[in-house]
Amino acid sequence: MGRTSSTKEDAGALFHSLRSAYAATPVNLKIIDLYVGFAIFTALIQVVYMAMVGSFPFNSFLSGVLSCVGTAVLAGKSNFLSPLFAKDLPPERAFADFVLCNLVLHLVIMNFLG
Amino acid sequence: MAAPETSTAAVPTLYTNNTLRNAFGGVLSFFILLLIGVMAFSIRLFSVIKYESVIHEFDPYFNYRVTQFLAKNGIYEFWNWFDDRTWYPLGRVIGGTVYPGLTLTAGTIWWLLNSLNIPLSVETVCVFTAPIFSAFASWATYLLTKEVKGTGAGLTAAALLAMVPSYISRSVAGSYDNEAVAIFALIFTFYLYIKTLNTGSLFYATLNSIAYFYMVCSWGGYTFIINLIPMHVLLCIVTGRFSSRLYIAYAPLVVLGTLLAALVPVVGFNAVMTSEHFASFLVFIIIHVVAFVYYIKGILSPKMFKVAVTLVVSVGLAVCCAVIAVLIALVASSPTKGWSGRSLSLLDPTYASKYIPIIASVSEHQPPTWPSYFMDINVLAFLVPAGIIACFLPLSDASSFVVLYIATSVYFSGVMVRLMLVLAPAACITSGIALSQAFDVFTGSIKFQLTGASSNTEVDAAETSSSTAESQTDAVKTEKPEETAKNRPSRKSKKKEREHGEKPSTEAKAEKKRLLALPLESSVISLLLLVLLGAFYVVHCVWAAAEAYSAPSIVLTSRSHDGLHVFDDFREAYAWLRHNTDVDDKVASWWDYGYQTTAMANRTVIVDNNTWNNTHIATVGTAMSSPERAAWEIFHSLDVKYVLVVFGGLVGYPSDDINKFLWMVRIGGGVFPHIKEPDYLRDGQYRIDSQATPTMLNCLMYKLSYYRFVETDGKGFDRVRQTEIGKKYFKLTHFEEAFTTHHWMVRIYKLKPPKNRIRGKTKKSKSKTSSTTSSPKRSGTKKKNPWQ
Repeated sequence: MGRTSSTKEDAGALFHSLRSAYAATPVNLKIIDLYVGFAIFTALIQVVYMAMVGSFPFNSFLSGVLSCVGTAVLAGKSNFLSPLFAKDLPPERAFADFVLCNLVLHLVIMNFLG
Repeated sequence: MAAPETSTAAVPTLYTNNTLRNAFGGVLSFFILLLIGVMAFSIRLFSVIKYESVIHEFDPYFNYRVTQFLAKNGIYEFWNWFDDRTWYPLGRVIGGTVYPGLTLTAGTIWWLLNSLNIPLSVETVCVFTAPIFSAFASWATYLLTKEVKGTGAGLTAAALLAMVPSYISRSVAGSYDNEAVAIFALIFTFYLYIKTLNTGSLFYATLNSIAYFYMVCSWGGYTFIINLIPMHVLLCIVTGRFSSRLYIAYAPLVVLGTLLAALVPVVGFNAVMTSEHFASFLVFIIIHVVAFVYYIKGILSPKMFKVAVTLVVSVGLAVCCAVIAVLIALVASSPTKGWSGRSLSLLDPTYASKYIPIIASVSEHQPPTWPSYFMDINVLAFLVPAGIIACFLPLSDASSFVVLYIATSVYFSGVMVRLMLVLAPAACITSGIALSQAFDVFTGSIKFQLTGASSNTEVDAAETSSSTAESQTDAVKTEKPEETAKNRPSRKSKKKEREHGEKPSTEAKAEKKRLLALPLESSVISLLLLVLLGAFYVVHCVWAAAEAYSAPSIVLTSRSHDGLHVFDDFREAYAWLRHNTDVDDKVASWWDYGYQTTAMANRTVIVDNNTWNNTHIATVGTAMSSPERAAWEIFHSLDVKYVLVVFGGLVGYPSDDINKFLWMVRIGGGVFPHIKEPDYLRDGQYRIDSQATPTMLNCLMYKLSYYRFVETDGKGFDRVRQTEIGKKYFKLTHFEEAFTTHHWMVRIYKLKPPKNRIRGKTKKSKSKTSSTTSSPKRSGTKKKNPWQ
């Protein structure tokens, strides 16, 4: 029917526009995206491993998964929110905050790993 | 310092004027804050002055004992401590079941002071921890309210919090309980959250997580934070206030906060498994979805975005429904839907009274009465609505958080009187905002009327620093358009420094000022009335602190025509126990006195205030409600040597064990069905006079309370129940009286050892009916008594 084909056309056009818009983002941000994707992929692998092998010791599993999610969150915010980012913080300050937060996160992770 | 001089619109002089004024304001607010801290500390010292520097109530004695252990043995022993002197024979794992924040804080202060060669004892540090942290809490309130509305509101809110009676009641000197540090941690965490929301800096987000960690260490009420913040994030998303600052404020907090909460042993894996935390994870997912949607919206054209929306909605909805159905099935399979008993009783106030009598019996868990609102937050009760309205003019992220905080805390305070404590900071913040706005309007009108509308710069120079910032940013807001169309105009999206160089259009400002100015007389009178209101508040708070909330409850006083009587019976009894019994003797009493007995008498107890094991408490309750022989059997099976009973009939002390007896029957009857409450009731009431039921007159609690009571005045008149007792002359066959204190308030009995030789035939059936007081067999009872 005309309806479904127009929907399919729309879907195709949508993917094209998405891809072209994404290709237009600067290379730095795409690298950060890759890093975020890798972190989430690592978390998913850990979840699948836990599903296969069992969840003991639970604290190690938790700390592993949450460390991946945490780094994804911290790194991804700058790219994810680029349309909305209020540029009122100087980039050095933002980077220093990022390093500090990562330090605290990994300190807690290593303590919790058991 | 040059005197501020009026001038025409010469910018450099105005600049100097404003900086001088701001510097003066800064120094003044510093000294005001210092005085507020001193006042918060001093108003809590009434009990130390009136009585002595002693630890109050029941729970603080446990915290004191734990702190003593920590100070003596160090932190590794503390984490691994298994306490075998309580809940005999079960013991209690202290390291895993206590919220360590308070004890670690006090232990650290003690260690620091002693390493500086200031030899304060552990008791002194414990007694004065609460007033010190209340001073910190009022400073934290200043910081929080300054982020929401400005310095004036901050100072007012801090002054209100330093004195509010609800907070005083739980943080008076000697009340060494979790709330003493937890309220400071709560306010400080909220301050850091608002600061992150305003500045968008990850540094404050990290500090926020660390402050949240301190809160989790300190109090079980941390679940309030981890549910309020997601609620606020959801509110911001729904009202269209999503921004990168919101994401930075929330997402790192969830990840880091959950990890840090799981580090505390008492929370452990509950941080990811119980329903109390699910809200935060749900909103975590939602905020990522929303951020993704905004991202897509930003890079696509509008037509393509519509297509994407229809596609995603049709496909995603089906997937979402499947996932939610699975989740609901998982959660519904557990009987309490994954919530703990205490949290459930918060959501459904009738839950505890139906299912968990222990939670229902604690006096702090009862709903408050209407007068207690006026007693505890006084004048703030009707300043709060004005503050809520002031938060809406204009609405920012921070002020919407304050409105949400006050709304939820009012609901929870209505469920449990103990949670009035969480309402107190919210009430102080909103009232501070209201009072400060009112003062601004009145003083602005007065100055406007006095100096006339001739020169705007004069009015500028004469304004206080807070109203300067307020009116300037107001004018800035109405004139400058925002960068993107998505963000609502928010005052806090810019840094909040004094924008001296900017001159907003003077005409708009003058017009606004003229419209807002009130007549001079009404402004002056209103100012005076507001100050009078503050005076009433101060008078009430000082009275409440001195008279109502300073009683240590371990020492009682009463005034009579011949002077002041001091009732020190509790300490007398515990000292007798400490000096006249063996170290390994076990003492049985109702669970209220467990902590005090272990801390002061240093003896092993059967049950204490932690009430984690309902069956064990029911065992003691059953023993107290049974006749002598059955009770002796129960206590003998628990290796008990001494039984402690609190009796107020001679002096009129109303919180004695006979008044608590109904809970012993109910809790005991909940586990052992042979204890039936109607057996003890006559016409639906518990009575101890001649109309009492025979079960009541024969139970252990009655006998231990009224043994030899008739010798005091010949008639056996109970001053609390206001009647003569029913059975006056009786002997005890399985117990013997060991000690009775001076005012008969605490009575200690010793179990008689079992007979060595059984008179008569040595058959088992005979030994059951040996010559002791016959336990009245309840005729027709079908339930087997497991203790016989």
